[in-house]
Amino acid sequence: MTESYKQVGLSEDEYNLILKQLGREPNELELNLYGVMWSEHCGYKNSKLLLKMLPVKGERVLQGPGENAGALDIGDGDAVTMKVESHNHPSALSPYQGAATGVGGIVRDILAVGAYPVANLNSLYFGKLEKAHQRYLLAEVVKGIADYGNCLGIPTVAGEVHFDDAYEGNCLVNAMCVGLTRSEDLKTAFAKGPGNSVMVVGNLTGRDGMGGASFASQELTKESEENRSAVQVGDPFVEKLLIDACMEIFQNENVIGVQDMGAAGIISSTSETASKAETGIEIDIDLVPKRESGMLPYEVMISESQERMLLIVKEGKENEVNKIFHKWDLHAVKIGNVTDDGMIRVLNNGIKVGEVPAKSLTNPPLYKKDIIKPEYLNYIELLDYKDLPEPDNYNKVILIMLDNHNIASKEWIYRQYDHMVQLNTVVTPGSDAAVLRIKGKNKAIALTLDGNGRYVYLNPEKGSEIVIAEACRNLVASGAKPIGVTDCLNFGSPEKPDIYYQLYYSIKGLANACNKFNTPVVSGNVSLYNDTEYGSIYPTPTVGVLGLIEDLNHITDIKFKNADDCIYLIGNFSNEIGGSEYLFEIHKFVKGKLPELNLDIELYTQNAILEIIRNGLVKSCHDVSDGGIAVNLAESAVTGNFGIDVSINSNIRKDIVLFGEHQSMFVISAEKKNENKIVGILKKFQTKMSYLGSVTDEKIFKISVNGNEIINLDLAQISENYKNSISKMF
Amino acid sequence: MKFGVIIFPASNCAEDCYYVLSSLLNQNTKYLWHKSSEAIDTDVVILSGGFSFGDYLRCGAIARFSPVMERVIEFAGKGGLVIGICNGFQILTESGLLPGTLMKNTCLKFICSPQYLKVENNYSVFSKKYNSGDVINCPIAHNEGNYFADENTINKLEKNNQILFRYCDENGNVNDSTNPNGSVNNIAGIINIEGNVLGLMPHPERSSEKILLCDDGIKLFKSIIESYN
Repeated sequence: MTESYKQVGLSEDEYNLILKQLGREPNELELNLYGVMWSEHCGYKNSKLLLKMLPVKGERVLQGPGENAGALDIGDGDAVTMKVESHNHPSALSPYQGAATGVGGIVRDILAVGAYPVANLNSLYFGKLEKAHQRYLLAEVVKGIADYGNCLGIPTVAGEVHFDDAYEGNCLVNAMCVGLTRSEDLKTAFAKGPGNSVMVVGNLTGRDGMGGASFASQELTKESEENRSAVQVGDPFVEKLLIDACMEIFQNENVIGVQDMGAAGIISSTSETASKAETGIEIDIDLVPKRESGMLPYEVMISESQERMLLIVKEGKENEVNKIFHKWDLHAVKIGNVTDDGMIRVLNNGIKVGEVPAKSLTNPPLYKKDIIKPEYLNYIELLDYKDLPEPDNYNKVILIMLDNHNIASKEWIYRQYDHMVQLNTVVTPGSDAAVLRIKGKNKAIALTLDGNGRYVYLNPEKGSEIVIAEACRNLVASGAKPIGVTDCLNFGSPEKPDIYYQLYYSIKGLANACNKFNTPVVSGNVSLYNDTEYGSIYPTPTVGVLGLIEDLNHITDIKFKNADDCIYLIGNFSNEIGGSEYLFEIHKFVKGKLPELNLDIELYTQNAILEIIRNGLVKSCHDVSDGGIAVNLAESAVTGNFGIDVSINSNIRKDIVLFGEHQSMFVISAEKKNENKIVGILKKFQTKMSYLGSVTDEKIFKISVNGNEIINLDLAQISENYKNSISKMF
Repeated sequence: MKFGVIIFPASNCAEDCYYVLSSLLNQNTKYLWHKSSEAIDTDVVILSGGFSFGDYLRCGAIARFSPVMERVIEFAGKGGLVIGICNGFQILTESGLLPGTLMKNTCLKFICSPQYLKVENNYSVFSKKYNSGDVINCPIAHNEGNYFADENTINKLEKNNQILFRYCDENGNVNDSTNPNGSVNNIAGIINIEGNVLGLMPHPERSSEKILLCDDGIKLFKSIIESYN
């Protein structure tokens, strides 16, 4: 027994702690329960203390971290719930099922707080598409997301896709779901009231996804390939029925508590709901409807079979609950009761096979390590601009940049997702953020999911500030005020000092920016151990941000709308291009200082943009991000199908002006007659703009810098490179 | 006018159709449950888009055995108006109310996109409010929208003006380059010979409001309401 703790992923110290807490040796079942519950994936033992830095409170926060999903008040009694979660390891091994069940799991989190899922988003990171295996991963992951999400009738409305060697052995698949409900209808995951029934509803329990939580808390190795049984198998049809049945059941008061059965299945859902409510739960695993016979008690307890939920139901109301699930051809079976003794007691056909305190399972030891600056950070910011020859042909450079898979249109991907179902998607994928109207109300929400691993690698704190700032900028450009954040922290092994440092400073950076923008973090997920034989991934926090638009007339997108509209630039140039797509694509460097971000200036600028949008003064708005102003202009021109004639003046290098990823910068188009009004508003926010030129009917894309025309291309050519770059790889 | 929208398990566009009919067009609308064997008591029945029974086995192949479908067939036989959108179209071909079948898109991928359609004629109760030759935008979202029927059937459809909508570009050009899924003759929507059953792959409910793309699609529903009044 003393050695078997290693097999379930526990350390000797942790095992000794269990002995102390139980006052005896755990049996095999109990040890397995500790193994999954004390894994990083379920227990957050390395990250929990660091996460305390994040702001979680705010006037709009209805429900923060600790519940199945966070919830924000969007006025009129409406609540938006949201959460993002990783499914990296399963997707690396079995991309189709890994991605599909990633969607399934996050949708159930939203369902578990009583909300109807209204949007899915995803953040995907792969190695470079030039490699066949990476193309296979992308194609399968996208198909997995599409087949699952489309069947559920939930639109997949936004996301991001990156390609970089840093993710070659360990792709990232982060799925986010957003739900809508009334504030008073929010559900919580408390197993209240001893005597109440514990019911398992939805799918059958099988041997799939055995120990997935522990598997997700280890590095990926060649042997991981043999761990395929740790990957779950999804059935979107059953999930859709589960959604419909749950929405029907939530209409009455028979259900007291709800918990998704995700990682570590029955054991995590029972111990978490009991622990929160200061109660206990006794269940008989013989009663659990199973897919196969001969399952051992611990297999039933930790199975991660999909499309299941745990319901805490008022005593005597089991039949009413069962009737509704039966209508939808689903199981709803009572497997036990809430008790008052604080224990999770597991029976098998009436005979006790295990018993541990619920709180012991949900309170693993928490670790804090020394913060030691990684060696690489001492020199990674050094960049000699003499090593960067200025391009002599800017036409060529912009075409290369638009052809770059990180910048090119992701239409090949998002047209495989149903992004229109439910009739709310006003701004569809391909703009800065997705915008969904709220039916029957004069308001809308804007959504984005964003990350930048390369930036965070070069400077964990500043890079993470930029990740939040950039995500908020996407919302502001769409006419929305950012109001809350959900985050997924994808990092390497926290047992490596370099990684722990990245994690610490990244969370610090996220906290700085969230505090500044008044966007509390209402939910999230941590995915550590993203390491392979190739090394660790870039530290990659992805952030989902929710924005509120209080008048449908304020909805804005990136497309140029009319010839002769004026194009203006708002914001200041930075001389730094570290981490930029330009430096990476053209000069093949991952180093340098990040473009400067001043959080105060960022906030002024965002508020200024919002104000001019709310005054109905702009036709289009697009923030400057990957690829700089040149790419920004190309995107607005191509999506609007107009040419431009633009002239930029600056005393810094032309390539840095055009392709530098200047922070706190936006490009807007507007009618000439509104110019004075816009300038007036910007002044109030200590912000300035400069006139760049105009939108043209002529389908030519022209940019001059300091009076010299350096880009002159047919829009058709720009469009061809931008639109077909990814599709032509398949 | 009374509309019934059928709910099969995972008919995920049923609510969208319900919303357009009841909230935008103020029509008396109700849901019909797939297990119901009661006679249809509405004027129109809509089989919405979605993934009935998970699209398992073959799209629409399981739904067509639902008790409600016997009633729909009976209703259609008496001249009742039936519309099948996307998955609903697939169920109608599976149940024999419309000829042909919907195969996998030639690109073998799900496609969700705005889509231009050419309105072939406005003789139909479903197309009255359009002009013949109108080009409208009506999004598609399907994996199996590639309409196929044997030559003889296609000839009959063409000859009897049963083809109501064809895929085209914004200028109304109908050819291979404007065909998103490989459908024979760019067929996007057809009616039965009697003219009371319509099946189409595009989603008119998705272009029924100016705030969402455009409101070209709502004229289809308005056509029916107008013919009734």
